[in-house]
Amino acid sequence: MDLQYSKAYQDFRQEVRDFLERHREQWPTRSSLGRPTEAVRRWQALLIEQGYTARTIPKQYGGYGGAADILKSRILAEEFARAGAPGGLAGQGVSMLVPTLLEMGTEEQKQKWIAATLSGDVLWCQGYSEPGAGSDLASLQTRGDDDGDDFLINGQKIWTSTAHEADMIFCLVRTEPDAPKHQGISYLLFPMDSPGIEVRPLQTMTGHAEFNEVFFTDVRVPKTSIVGERGQGWQVANATLKYERGMLGDPNTAGTRLTAIIKIMQEETLDGECLMNNPLYRDRLLKLQARVLAMQFNGLRLMTATVKGGDVSMARMIVKLQGCELNHQLAALAIDVLGELGVLYHDSPRIRSKGMWQRSYMFDLGLIIGGGTAQIQKNIIAEHGLGMPREPKPMSQEAR
Amino acid sequence: MDFALTEQQLQMQDSINRFLGDQASLDRVRELVSEGACHDAQLWQGLAELGITGLLVPDEYGGAGLSLLDAALVQEILGRHVTPVAWLSTAVLAPLVINLAGNSQQKQAWLPAIADGSMQFAVAISEASGRRDGAGVAVSDGQLNGRALFVVGAPDADVILIGCNNGELYAVERDAPGLVYTALRTIDDTQCLGELNFSAVAAQHLPMAQANIVQCLQDAGRVMLAADTLGAAQKMLELAVAYAAERKQFNRVIASFQAVKHMCAEMAAELEPSRSLVWYAAHAYDAIPDESRLMACHAKSHLSEVGRFVARTAIEVHGGMGFTDLVGLHYWFKRIGCNRQLLGSPERCREDAARVQDWA
Repeated sequence: MDLQYSKAYQDFRQEVRDFLERHREQWPTRSSLGRPTEAVRRWQALLIEQGYTARTIPKQYGGYGGAADILKSRILAEEFARAGAPGGLAGQGVSMLVPTLLEMGTEEQKQKWIAATLSGDVLWCQGYSEPGAGSDLASLQTRGDDDGDDFLINGQKIWTSTAHEADMIFCLVRTEPDAPKHQGISYLLFPMDSPGIEVRPLQTMTGHAEFNEVFFTDVRVPKTSIVGERGQGWQVANATLKYERGMLGDPNTAGTRLTAIIKIMQEETLDGECLMNNPLYRDRLLKLQARVLAMQFNGLRLMTATVKGGDVSMARMIVKLQGCELNHQLAALAIDVLGELGVLYHDSPRIRSKGMWQRSYMFDLGLIIGGGTAQIQKNIIAEHGLGMPREPKPMSQEAR
Repeated sequence: MDFALTEQQLQMQDSINRFLGDQASLDRVRELVSEGACHDAQLWQGLAELGITGLLVPDEYGGAGLSLLDAALVQEILGRHVTPVAWLSTAVLAPLVINLAGNSQQKQAWLPAIADGSMQFAVAISEASGRRDGAGVAVSDGQLNGRALFVVGAPDADVILIGCNNGELYAVERDAPGLVYTALRTIDDTQCLGELNFSAVAAQHLPMAQANIVQCLQDAGRVMLAADTLGAAQKMLELAVAYAAERKQFNRVIASFQAVKHMCAEMAAELEPSRSLVWYAAHAYDAIPDESRLMACHAKSHLSEVGRFVARTAIEVHGGMGFTDLVGLHYWFKRIGCNRQLLGSPERCREDAARVQDWA
């Protein structure tokens, strides 16, 4: 146990701090996951050049080409959070497709898509879930019928964020209808302006359309658009899901929220009394502080194991489940300490934090479900972490 | 940056685990506590031979000179086996306090005897976490008067260390005139608790103490209790998973029902990050003084909450059998329940954590 960083890493931290301070005027205003503004793209280019984002992606694909160094990645995350500086692009293209292409793409696919995605020129959306294929994703029914050099795609996707502005989609399609369900799927890349695609925004309880539904009618996609082998899309997608789960439940989000709640409780008053002086609110805050610390130290443990090895599979498996729930509880506390002010929304007078806490509280429910629901996570923990048996499959028609 | 246990630490845990697996099986623990022994001298001698009683005693006094993190790792294994030994008082709190506050004669007299297992200490610092029934020990002219409750340590401890009302530390011999010890029986027969009544008891001062010595001991004690609960709760989870894999209902092992699996997954998901919190709190005590009190409070309060959840859930997974004496799960349930209240309830610990951060 030694929580000191060596001199080289301390220097690196200082370098990052100086850089962020020096370039403060170039910080773009934080954008959503949608199409990046010019300022965001310039910032992205600067961060890549500096090695502060796309750090380990080879130079020939538009990355920085540095060696994997999880300590540096952590220092970067900590310093960007500390300064309140916007990080590099983090949409589904950058976070999920790029690592997948690096692992499984052809040379041509890497050349064509990685640099363009990293620079923000090409915006992606993810076509996985369907109305009938959520937790049981492998039962997806969107068809890709064999038509010479092409597939003809018909079906529907749902929960597709950024589909309304994306240039491209990475999409799971059933191309082998007679194969077992995990062997009949292909992972395809195709343009969102292909004829036959219709995008309908899906308004959620937050009042915003964070997602879309996407409908495919005889969409023609060349067979060369497959990533990995034909029929092996499930395996390719699982590589991608691994990256998505790494993103969800990140303890840095919880840390940032906790800091914001502490500020609210120190600044806001109730009956003229500082909220922090209310022992009931304070006790709730402290309970959550312990949870945030535990998840942050769990993160230190995972980071150490990445560098040095060691079995931390359980510590890794619980991150999505515990992290998303914790973030949700933090939003709930912020709302509760604000009371009536906590329910102000839209552009109401007296609104606090632009209604961010209510929006998070609602949107977090989506994150608890997305990327593997809490219940699926518990199955994974029980079966893979604790060695408990799977639920027996329901008897098939023939067996009955 | 290295947040992991060393090979030696893992080996140490493993060897104590094997020793206790052999010498302190549930049957043996049952036998001992039914004879009224909350501290077993034979187990203690075995631990002394493993070098464990002198873990925190400096090398020059015959100990191993290790850190509180090492002690927490031992405590975790003791909790795992619901071991009836007064380790916290004699092997953790006593050497810490003697080292920090004792003069050289006191160190000479006591530290080597802790390392070789020949002396037992009891420690009375409960009042620093809240006074019940008007307890408190006053000092005048080197004599102690009053009452200390919830004293940890064997009833026949040779020396008792007392945190007095004035914040100073004193030591008295067990057979000092004017001192009356009364055992307090809790739900948990594997830990010793007692009450001390003092009337003009001659005491020796531990003169080298810093102002916050009692808080410092309280921090160390809280980390240890958190570690003990961690070990006990981890064992309860393992017992629940093992039971669920054997017990059949509706022609299936109950481990294949999602309702049961999810209970076990929730226990694991709560426990695993708690482990990192305990490690960090122990390490902070050793190496990050600015954070040590905050982390000790959080470790104690969080493990108390997680421990309570695991204890009841593991019993529930066992169904009716979990409730019986025969299966014996209640030994862990009670140990966790007792740890929760000692040296500050979760609410008290959180209030202390608020004070450290100037929030209260």
